[in-house]
Amino acid sequence: MTATGLETVVGLEVHTELKTATKLFCGCRNRFGDEPNTNVCPVCLGLPGSLPVLNRRAVELAMAIGTALECEIRPSIFHRKNYFYPDMPKDYQISQYDEPINVGGHLTLPDGTVVGIVRAHIEEDTGKTTHVGETGRIHGADRALVDYNRAGVPLVEIVSAPDLRSGEAARAYVTELRAILVATGASDGRMEEGSLRVDANVSVREPGAPFGTRCEVKNMNSLRSLQRAVEHEAERQAAVVAAGGTVEQETRHWDEDAGRTVPLRSKEEAYDYRYFPEPDLLPLAPDATWRAAVAASLPPMPRARRAVLVERLGTVTDAQRDQVASVVADDDGGVAPQLALARVANEVAALGDPHRLDASGVVALLAMEARGDLSATQTKAVLQRMAETGEDPDAIAAAMGLEQIGEDALDATLDAVIAAHTDEWARYREGDEKLAQFFVGQVMRETGGKADGKAVVAGLVRRR
Amino acid sequence: MTTAVELAAAVRDGTTTARATTEAALAAVAANDRELHAFLHVDRDGALAAADRVDALTSQGRDPGPLAGVPVALKDNLCTQGVPTTAASRILEGWVPPYSATVVDRLVAAGAIPIGKTNLDEFAMGSSTENSAFGPTRNPHDHGRVPGGSSGGSAAAVAAGMVAIGLGSDTGGSIRQPAALCGVVGVKPTYGMVSRYGLIAFASSLDQIGPLATTVADAAACLEAIAGHDPMDATSLDEPAPRVVAALDRGVDGARVGLVAELLDGAAPDVVVAVERAAEALEAAGAHVAELTLPELRLGLSAYYLIAPAEASSNLARYDGVRYGLRVDAADVQAMNVATRTRGFGDEVKRRVMLGTYALSAGYYDAYYGRAQRVRTLMCRAFATAWERCDLLLGATAPTTAFELGAKTADPMAMYLSDVFTIPSNLSGEAAITVPFGRGDDGLPIGVQLLGRARAEPRVFAAARVLEAAA
Repeated sequence: MTATGLETVVGLEVHTELKTATKLFCGCRNRFGDEPNTNVCPVCLGLPGSLPVLNRRAVELAMAIGTALECEIRPSIFHRKNYFYPDMPKDYQISQYDEPINVGGHLTLPDGTVVGIVRAHIEEDTGKTTHVGETGRIHGADRALVDYNRAGVPLVEIVSAPDLRSGEAARAYVTELRAILVATGASDGRMEEGSLRVDANVSVREPGAPFGTRCEVKNMNSLRSLQRAVEHEAERQAAVVAAGGTVEQETRHWDEDAGRTVPLRSKEEAYDYRYFPEPDLLPLAPDATWRAAVAASLPPMPRARRAVLVERLGTVTDAQRDQVASVVADDDGGVAPQLALARVANEVAALGDPHRLDASGVVALLAMEARGDLSATQTKAVLQRMAETGEDPDAIAAAMGLEQIGEDALDATLDAVIAAHTDEWARYREGDEKLAQFFVGQVMRETGGKADGKAVVAGLVRRR
Repeated sequence: MTTAVELAAAVRDGTTTARATTEAALAAVAANDRELHAFLHVDRDGALAAADRVDALTSQGRDPGPLAGVPVALKDNLCTQGVPTTAASRILEGWVPPYSATVVDRLVAAGAIPIGKTNLDEFAMGSSTENSAFGPTRNPHDHGRVPGGSSGGSAAAVAAGMVAIGLGSDTGGSIRQPAALCGVVGVKPTYGMVSRYGLIAFASSLDQIGPLATTVADAAACLEAIAGHDPMDATSLDEPAPRVVAALDRGVDGARVGLVAELLDGAAPDVVVAVERAAEALEAAGAHVAELTLPELRLGLSAYYLIAPAEASSNLARYDGVRYGLRVDAADVQAMNVATRTRGFGDEVKRRVMLGTYALSAGYYDAYYGRAQRVRTLMCRAFATAWERCDLLLGATAPTTAFELGAKTADPMAMYLSDVFTIPSNLSGEAAITVPFGRGDDGLPIGVQLLGRARAEPRVFAAARVLEAAA
């Protein structure tokens, strides 16, 4: 609801890069961050005479996404979307147009809201242009550099129905969708690296009235900026309506620093993409056996996992349930459900309200623990600090000096501690198990708490 | 004139060497091509190196391949690694591909020796080779006449005896029409039989690479070498090369041949006579010839001139000055694109890019491109009904013998009409071949055309061999 009482209507277009080993139409490596123009060949550079050949794995991942979103997986064809742009090698993009592979699904948000999925289709990514010059902006740039490593990387574009009613709901939708994409193995879901990109179609209306004219808002590179952009755009449109004006259909750019959207191009300037069926590719018609194999290979989706976790928690408070839900919904980040369950049920539940934790921070922290970057003890200390300050776990761990010490340093410290406490060591060797804790405490003191207690015990057992 | 089959046999049994056949071809090019201008680039060093590799295999007692030492000419819209490839356009002048077309790799693997790159109408758009940015090719039979096009350079190189085999590409008749006008055999294989990987695209759903040769047997040997599934081309048929060499002597006894009225309608009287004589020759060899009318074929030309330019407008978008080829600097990227394309493309290319862009534009798509695709479906159905009654179809290849240089350059429609008999099988994907059959009133060669259903190359070649023997 806007300040003037209008209803916000949002539909989202989410592009996700697929986690394939190779590109959509050639054998070049699909990897972010490599040296520019090293993962290229005649096909993805669009050299004269080259032809695309469809990557079967990309189709499987698209089918996995469609299955997870409960879409109908249909026979489909590829089209060419024609427009000139320097980072698009063929000056057309191979995409699916009016016959996409996945249609008519839906996604259920944790609060029960059902969002329609209009389609989820396959297309290729473009290269990346960097403008070099004094200002760093397009206007006034001396020259442009193009990196074609990303050209031809497989994408799936997931188009929602206009079923969302606020910036917060838009954020919840992308959060849940990202968790699903990560669970299917199709995507790593990293908005910051651009592997997940979101455009929002926003309009406002009197509640119950027909849809208003929509504007497409681009350039949101975090969940937070998505929510802000939708809220600001809805308010902008509401102000236009309140002033007696009409909203023009146009594409707008979210300016994160200024906190507002600015016009990019109007409907009149819209391209005519001259879509026509791609003659270099055959129609795609996955048979029932292939569809069934993809469906059978899917792990449980976040919604199902949440249900299991909540059940295993037994009687929990609403706050705990929400926390578990958001932890698992947001992103596994490699965190085992058991770990998430344990930490949320114990440490998070023990914090009491109010606290300043957010789900993505908790996931990042648990991922650090799962990777072995932090010990259980350190994790709990960081969690406590996060609840107080709302800071990122990385920053807190660094500020607290909490990088676990390595194996060699731990061995050296343990040897020194043993040498300094020969009596206790002798008694421990004779079977006084209580002294293990004494040694752990001494090592912790020496290392400022940076040792992993379990590793210390293991070291003691080895030396016994 | 020694055929490719004879040359390969001589190289394989040691009677001669690939070095000798290659030097002979290079000498023939040096002697003739200043006048004919069939070649845009002669790769003397590459050819001799390839010949030496073939001879080394032979001297080691290893198999040098079925086309060992056979000099071949490659239409300059086929990519050749390390050898300039222009598609006869200023926009690609100086471009050196980092990879070779599948057909080029396969020819070399079969022992053939690529001598050089031949002239064509720019991006294969034309029927006389006069649309080349680098000047026209002359017809070896009459230097005042065109060789046809767009594969006019390969047709002239074969007809003049400079090479035994030429490769061309056929989008609406670009192999068959110049083969007919130069008096050689030309094959437009079934769509998908030969990989298009490395063929600079004109109209992807119509383009097909095929051989030009002096004999049907040579064309068969070449087709077997280049055909068969290629994982780099998603539209390539998932089957091995057709066994056309073994089928050459099967004859036409009992074959049902349809003489198609629409493939004669508008042909010059001497061309009609040649086709009728060809029909008699087939009957004499045991075939049953019946006249047939397929009215849908009349729609082919109109549909073709919407579909081919539409695909071309998209295929040629990449020549934008950004990555390779010509770049004409301007104030910004968009202005650079426009300046580059304005200077780099010739008039016919611009005409077709504009036609195709229009045909695909919002609001016109259904009336033009969409309708043309429906016509294409009708054409496929018309052929399907013909195959219920016939095994082969017979008609003219081109309406006339070779016309004079400059005769049609001012009138695009007149030029387009020279492909009226060849276009239908590009739209439907059917197999087609043209064989020299007699001469016109002007003494110039006439070609007659045989069509077979998709994958029917063995039958088509066998019938072509019958006509070759009777000619």
